[in-house]
Amino acid sequence: MKNNNLKGWLYLLPAVIFLGVFMVYPLIDVFIYSFEEGYNFASETYSGVGMFNYSYVLRDPYFLQALKNTFILVVITVPASTILALLISVGLSSIEKVKNLFQTVYFLPYVTNTLAVGLVFMILFKQTPYTNGFVNIVLGFFGLSPIDFIGGPYWAKMLVLCLYTIWVVIPFKIIVLTGAIASVNPIYYSAAKVDGTGRWRTFSRITLPMISPTVFYLIITGFIGAFKAYSDAVALFGTDLNASEMNTIVGYIYDMLYGNSGGYPSFASAAAVILFVIVLTITCINLLVSKKHVHY
Amino acid sequence: MKVTLENLTKIFPSRSKKEGKDVVAVNSFNIEIADGQLVGLLGPSGCGKSTMLNLLSGLQKPTSGKILFDDDDVTTLPPENRGVGLVFQSYALYPHLTVRQNITFPLENRKGKDKLTKDEMNAMALEAAKLVQIDNLMDRKPGELSGGQQQRVAIARAIVKKPRILLLDEPLSNLDARLRLQTREEIRRIQRSTGITTVFVTHDQEEAMSISDSIIVMKDGILQQVGKPQEVYDEPVNLFVAKFLGTPPINTFDGFVKDGGLYIGEEKVLDVPHAENCAVTVAVRPEGFEINPHGAFSCHVDRVEVMGRDVSIVSTHECSHNPLVRSIISSENAQEVTGEWVKFDLKKNKTYIFNKETEERIFF
Amino acid sequence: MDYEKIEKSAQIKQKIVKTGTYVFLSVWALVVLFPFYWMVLTSFKGYGAYNAEWIPKLYTLSPTLENYVDAFTKVPLGSYFLNTVIFTLVTTAIMVVVTILAAFAFSRLNFYGRDLVFTIFLALMMIPSELVVITNFVTITNLDLRNTFTGLILPSVTSVFYIYLLKENFAQIPDELYYAAKVDGTSDFRYLTRVMVPICKPTIITVTVLKVIECWNSYVWPRLITDDSSYFLVSNGIQEIRENGFGRDNIPAMMAAVVVISVPLVVLFVIFRKKIMAGVSRGGMKG
Repeated sequence: MKNNNLKGWLYLLPAVIFLGVFMVYPLIDVFIYSFEEGYNFASETYSGVGMFNYSYVLRDPYFLQALKNTFILVVITVPASTILALLISVGLSSIEKVKNLFQTVYFLPYVTNTLAVGLVFMILFKQTPYTNGFVNIVLGFFGLSPIDFIGGPYWAKMLVLCLYTIWVVIPFKIIVLTGAIASVNPIYYSAAKVDGTGRWRTFSRITLPMISPTVFYLIITGFIGAFKAYSDAVALFGTDLNASEMNTIVGYIYDMLYGNSGGYPSFASAAAVILFVIVLTITCINLLVSKKHVHY
Repeated sequence: MKVTLENLTKIFPSRSKKEGKDVVAVNSFNIEIADGQLVGLLGPSGCGKSTMLNLLSGLQKPTSGKILFDDDDVTTLPPENRGVGLVFQSYALYPHLTVRQNITFPLENRKGKDKLTKDEMNAMALEAAKLVQIDNLMDRKPGELSGGQQQRVAIARAIVKKPRILLLDEPLSNLDARLRLQTREEIRRIQRSTGITTVFVTHDQEEAMSISDSIIVMKDGILQQVGKPQEVYDEPVNLFVAKFLGTPPINTFDGFVKDGGLYIGEEKVLDVPHAENCAVTVAVRPEGFEINPHGAFSCHVDRVEVMGRDVSIVSTHECSHNPLVRSIISSENAQEVTGEWVKFDLKKNKTYIFNKETEERIFF
Repeated sequence: MDYEKIEKSAQIKQKIVKTGTYVFLSVWALVVLFPFYWMVLTSFKGYGAYNAEWIPKLYTLSPTLENYVDAFTKVPLGSYFLNTVIFTLVTTAIMVVVTILAAFAFSRLNFYGRDLVFTIFLALMMIPSELVVITNFVTITNLDLRNTFTGLILPSVTSVFYIYLLKENFAQIPDELYYAAKVDGTSDFRYLTRVMVPICKPTIITVTVLKVIECWNSYVWPRLITDDSSYFLVSNGIQEIRENGFGRDNIPAMMAAVVVISVPLVVLFVIFRKKIMAGVSRGGMKG
């Protein structure tokens, strides 16, 4: 092939311009912002360079609340959704009838508007003067007293947030896992069957190790996704997440940028960089662990 | 252990509902395999021999008929309760486990009073590994082994649980030619030393003939013939068996029987006093030709291939089904082949005639 | 050994496992479907009837369409809807063109710096959008593009992942086709539009549909960049309806709005089910 220097760059130009202006430049800029102290939005001036933005953010109670919420969310939803998705995928792979129907149904949350369906979740869980809400009534059958999951105690709100997050992220995991399970050569199952291997052992000693690269991929992307949680919380608790103690790190960044606390891009940048560092660290740890445990 | 199959049948329903017939993979099989035998299950690909193996192992359930191990009816028993060892064509070694873990895998499945300690399992694994001579590879992963070594691991994994019957699916097909010869001796040796009744599936007749105590020839799900390899070779019951066994393959001709004589073309080649008049297919083993200047059967010489001890005379004949007729003659008798034509006598015990329609053997 | 017993117990065990599996899968299907059922159900309940139910009923005997009328008349749902359609169509269209051109350059043309740029592109896939949104916000604000479609669309156009997906697909087309076209005197651009695009149509459709879903659901960027409700997309719209919507807590009307904005995606999903699922299982990610 001959070289088409000019032509090649011409075809690439639109993509390069878009990515350059809206990704590469902002990426560099966010680090610069995060060190510029006292940045003024209107005059685009700043008073100094230093770590003040970081120390402010790290001492901001709203940020600490958001950090705590995000960590709880990550620690609960990533393992729970992965395990549940694994169970569902294994079940799905073991049946033949109506498998397609189940698969289609399970995928539905992926294509729905997070904000819109979150509203439905809110209504199901919310206690109002007119009704205790559907979930409370179901819980009432088991003799539990009603709780306001949306405006009530912290743990109840966190529970709903976790449940909704799991509901939202699971379709992606199911579809990837069923694909991975289907690609395991069935001959291994025949071999295990002849040797009288039980179901659980077949799963834990054959299926799981063989799909372990996919499982680790899901865990890594799951961590990244959960750390970026935001719209699920908005869907359930409204835009003023600080007031309901349900803010997340990403929510904090946006609030800092624009919203009730209004217009501090320096603080937002510092928070974004902190989030980036956390995610990067966790991903690296994940990769190291997976190197040790994924065998091929 | 003795294995008996009674009217064993396996039918796969056709995939499309509209058209397409059900596939009869195994069609009313009746057979008895004596204890401690090495049996070769032989047939062209798609003849149902793999299905047969799956039925024996219990991975598939027969449509009808019975399978007996000694006197126990195991027809519908799940595989784990049958005590079978199965070596897969592609070996099916678990890639993430070491050789040792692969071999102990079946043992770890035991529960209750059969449960084994780690030491017992390791001892048994080592014993099996020694038998197949891979005890120096125990800590490697299958990916680090050659094809032949993987094969041995697969055999070790199958025999470690001391199965009542050992099944091998095309055990040599994934090996190169040199390893093949070596491995088939190896299988024979392992089978002898364990005494386990063993059935192996192959499409390669040479492989089956060379090591089996007896061979089972099947075609399209139907049993053709059972017997010791030499017997089946010498006395094929039909044209298919005659053609399937032997290298180089048997030569076949259009012929007919008339008044106690067997004719190929114009020439009367043999006396067949007990055969009735009819059109037949004549089959002659390559070693069934004898050069005789006054012989009854004349062929047009194409070329002579010298192979040392023997020579192979390649000739043509207008009645032959194949373009070339191949005869093998010991080299001292081949001096006389000089001209354009060669004349043969046919050996009576190497010549078979089959009914042209049914392809069944006609005795004469 | 009692073979019959072993056989029986194995059969029973299998039946139990199978039944258990179906029950478990059905329960999860119920969990997935129930919110959808609830939202449709509630949207057909009258305002008074809904609030009168201390214990919400699982059915309604007097379905009404008044909520749908309310959703379009009392709040500007129609305008949110239209905004989203415009935003989605324009963004997706630009994205597809940019992606095809870039994928073509990467897979077919040979030029200085190609591999380096491609590596940078791949690296950009790892960058979380939160990191770049801040500067983009400042940029768009400074360009005075807040509350405009241009401001909404421009930063949403590029998707490195789709470029990557299409490039892989383009690369599978055998070189012989290209040389054959060259011998016939076909220009590169004609070859791209007449040969590569038709061959890779399935992947292009997948990418398009995934981008449409992404656009339809986008919330963060529109929320930052629009505070004039006449530029709201459906996600912001639904949030606005929830917080200041009908002047009172009119949940049935809210649910009607939710149904309206969910329907296009569900329809899209039903049509392109296989393509969407295949595309997503290849690594598409939400958010």
